[in-house]
Amino acid sequence: MQKTITVTVNESVETHQVQSNQTLLNFLRETLDLTGAKEGCNEGECGACVVLLDGKAINSCMTLAVEVDGHQVTTIEGIGDVDRPHPIQQAFLKNQAVQCGFCTPGTILTAVSLLAENPNPNEQEVREALAGNLCRCTGYRQIIDSVLAAAAILPKGGGQ
Amino acid sequence: MSLPQLEYCQARTVEEALELWAKKTKARYLAGGTDLLPQLRAASGTQLTLVDLKQIESLAKIGQAEDGAVSIGAAASVAAVAANATVRKRYPILSDCCLSLGSYPLRNRATVVGNICNASPCADTAAALLALDAIVVATSTKAKRRIPMVDFFQGPGESCLQAGELVEEILLPQATAGGRGHYGRIARRKSVDISTVAVLLSVLPKGQPRHRLSLLSVAPTPLRVFEAEAVLDERGPEGASQAAEIARASCTPISDVRASAEYRRDMVAVLTERGVMTLAQSMGG
Repeated sequence: MQKTITVTVNESVETHQVQSNQTLLNFLRETLDLTGAKEGCNEGECGACVVLLDGKAINSCMTLAVEVDGHQVTTIEGIGDVDRPHPIQQAFLKNQAVQCGFCTPGTILTAVSLLAENPNPNEQEVREALAGNLCRCTGYRQIIDSVLAAAAILPKGGGQ
Repeated sequence: MSLPQLEYCQARTVEEALELWAKKTKARYLAGGTDLLPQLRAASGTQLTLVDLKQIESLAKIGQAEDGAVSIGAAASVAAVAANATVRKRYPILSDCCLSLGSYPLRNRATVVGNICNASPCADTAAALLALDAIVVATSTKAKRRIPMVDFFQGPGESCLQAGELVEEILLPQATAGGRGHYGRIARRKSVDISTVAVLLSVLPKGQPRHRLSLLSVAPTPLRVFEAEAVLDERGPEGASQAAEIARASCTPISDVRASAEYRRDMVAVLTERGVMTLAQSMGG
């Protein structure tokens, strides 16, 4: 079954035919060629697929493309780039919170969502928010430090 | 694994959702999808129709209802319920249980109503909803009915909902507002894992019984232990070990990859006693 959806992805309005059983993750990666979001577990446990839906972190492997018709999606590609990295991305680089990089897009977007809701989280709150983003490289210390460092410099009232 | 072929439609009203469900050979209501989508990946057979409820405005709300109750709509996310100011003030045990469920991104999508409709014996929100005497409001093309939470669960993955029946909202009664609780939860990791055993002990400011004891992951359904509650009402903290033994005897756990039945029974007793002591200390101090 096919359906036409119109969704704003990284501030660009996209209208596409999608299959009803296509996940948002698959739509982003295969249709829009936005490969920042990753498929890890495909069942909502690893967080590699996290994107923002209307500003909130969600698992894109557990959301259908047809469900986001009329909504706003932000992927890591919409957060910053090499020339103009987002403060959270800068903090990840500075604190060496990236090793293989597979979990990084999802982790950063979870952090963006958290800081928009809670601009001054303590370490425990950062740990709880990031518990659904598995990282097999860093041991998490550097990631936690990066989010706390970014929170300290980001303008209050939103991480986006 | 990819999802099987399916048809997707959006309902704008509850009536439309009921009609869409009735018209299709095999349909499921879709809210957050965090339980449903992984289940569909493992399923096969007849093509399924998903009836999405998220566009129904009345189902998104969390707010005042009749008789001072608080209503949680079928499309209200676990995160929204956990963060709701009224819920946090009047039903903090529900907020606590919500925050134990899944991960932060998952809670932004998952719904409280979906958590109970999935009817898992480990449904975190069920521990609080049972303790709060929540009422499930379910609608079909024929009638609307109010189901006491304690009658809702029938077995693992089974509730008393009839085919096509739609849960519109859960009502939290005014009578159980203001309770405090201790949610003792054992899992292999602190987050993003279902509980191996969980025990919620709560005390209400008024009502009968004042103590409420809910158990998860130790029976075919989430469980209230009324006999233990009566002991605690009568004896207070002195009755802790007697209540713990009643709770241990009331559950019927299985052995699985997470733990043995014996371990689960022991932990029910330990967590019950710990709950009584923790609450007694926090209230005395």
